[in-house]
Amino acid sequence: MRGTVHKYGDNINTDIITPGKYMELSIEDMARHAMEGVDEDFYSKVKPGDILVCGKNCGSGSSRETAPRALKAAGISAIVAKSFARIFYRNCFNIGLPVLELPETDEIGDGDTLDINFSSGEVVDLDSGRAYSFAPLPQRLLDMLDAGGLVAQLEQEKNRRGEK
Amino acid sequence: MGMTLAEKILAAKCGKDRVSPNEIVIVPVDCAMMTDILGPRMISDEFDRLGMGIKYPDRVVIVADHYTPAATEHQAEIVDFSRRWAAEHGVSRFYQLEGPCHQLLAEKGYSRPGNIVVGTDSHTCSSGAFGCFGTGIGSTEMLGVLISGEIWFKVPETVRINWSGSLKRGVMAKDIILRTIGEIGHDGATYQSMEFGGDTIEALPMDERICISNMAVEAGAKVGLIQADEKTVEYMLAHGVADAAEAPRYAPDSDARYCRVLNFDAAALEPVVSCPHEVDNVSTVSEAGTVKADQIYIGSCTGGRMSDLRMAASILRGRKVAEGCRLLVSPASRTVWMQALKEGVLGTLSEAGATILASTCGACLGLHSGTIGRGEVCVSTTNRNFIGRQGSKEGSTYLSSAATAAATAVTGRLTDPREFL
Repeated sequence: MRGTVHKYGDNINTDIITPGKYMELSIEDMARHAMEGVDEDFYSKVKPGDILVCGKNCGSGSSRETAPRALKAAGISAIVAKSFARIFYRNCFNIGLPVLELPETDEIGDGDTLDINFSSGEVVDLDSGRAYSFAPLPQRLLDMLDAGGLVAQLEQEKNRRGEK
Repeated sequence: MGMTLAEKILAAKCGKDRVSPNEIVIVPVDCAMMTDILGPRMISDEFDRLGMGIKYPDRVVIVADHYTPAATEHQAEIVDFSRRWAAEHGVSRFYQLEGPCHQLLAEKGYSRPGNIVVGTDSHTCSSGAFGCFGTGIGSTEMLGVLISGEIWFKVPETVRINWSGSLKRGVMAKDIILRTIGEIGHDGATYQSMEFGGDTIEALPMDERICISNMAVEAGAKVGLIQADEKTVEYMLAHGVADAAEAPRYAPDSDARYCRVLNFDAAALEPVVSCPHEVDNVSTVSEAGTVKADQIYIGSCTGGRMSDLRMAASILRGRKVAEGCRLLVSPASRTVWMQALKEGVLGTLSEAGATILASTCGACLGLHSGTIGRGEVCVSTTNRNFIGRQGSKEGSTYLSSAATAAATAVTGRLTDPREFL
């Protein structure tokens, strides 16, 4: 996976990603307001396939799955952060949005191009030339991401059972 | 090596003698709770397309609490959709206008010692006050739980938090949890179980214990557990849970392994506040400086129970809300509302100038019933003060106890409640 980096700081919480006042909207409309708390232009800047890079405690706060879903709908294809809040982390996998914990996010610049290989556990910043490795994801999570999230995985399992 | 409270509950639920941190376990879910805002509307298309049905409809609870009473036509439609979805899928446990879900789970006996409760709201950790493994999950995760009746967890490490000694007058459970989070940090317990104990916690009524467990997620924790005891059973019995005494009341072993142990002295604790815009930005009220308040909000699953309302009334009795300042009170449930009415607490607060609202999540997250405007300051007994949380991102929220909030309502600026006690 390869994409352009949009870089933000620590504690990008769920109220920043999808503010409560927009929770009545559809995911597509919510995406237009994504990250409004820190960047009003986020939606217009992001192209499909781009990568969000944050600092510590990314996705803290609410269990609102609208946060990763709106980011995905805005075009984000992966999130790299120093650390994640646990519900957000789990939500990302469940909706098929890969996320990666990487302590070195300070070295990655806004606008850089990142190349991520989740199976081998490698990230390369094509602008700085720096390469990083991370513990590859457990197979069950890789399978879920490959399927496109929990629902797609359940659907595949159901179809397999039906074929037998 | 012994086990912590979290390990004991998970081991019992997955049928093992023992479990250890980082082990993945699959456990049955005793109660799956969905709210209106993040419940059926978020999963209905995919759920119906899968066509696999709800495995245990009698273990599902749906609570319309965020968009009640509805402020817009769209909110009304979301509540109506939730109600219809419940009926169409055989879920008889649908509640609306009964109050925020976590207080409802406590009062209706769903937060039961030894049980596993998951909810589409991060503050489902409130159930931990009953020695119940309660935690927040996302909507899609909930879809999986509805279909399978179970969930996988990584067994969390446990941080033990001991509070000993007596609280000073005017110092509440809210001060305990804010001080704890100030110390640990807003991500200091990420993925972990926070296990609260010590004679201070044991002496607290259930009302106050729920406030502590409620905010465990604000330190990043998965659960915020307190060992169930006689008080737990008494509370459940008083709320009509006839078989409360039969629930397993696990205790952590004396040789349980903790990743960290923190000890606090309750007698040294002063009223504190979380300053904008992070929950761990904690300062004593006296050191927070001069903060003029536009709105004071006493309510929610964190700070709207009887202990909170009684404390607020004791400070506001015979006094008036300061000029230019508004005090909004939202009792944590219909049950709390009725009790406060009977005790004359709502009358006292109203006479002081408070506006009594429905029991709802509304103002806590800026949905309705107390949204703040540009440049406004709210002193709030809720659980989160993130930028834009209660409305305008140019507004700000200070989190406090009901005592501090009431004292602030009297003076119109952030005030140490001990001045009035």
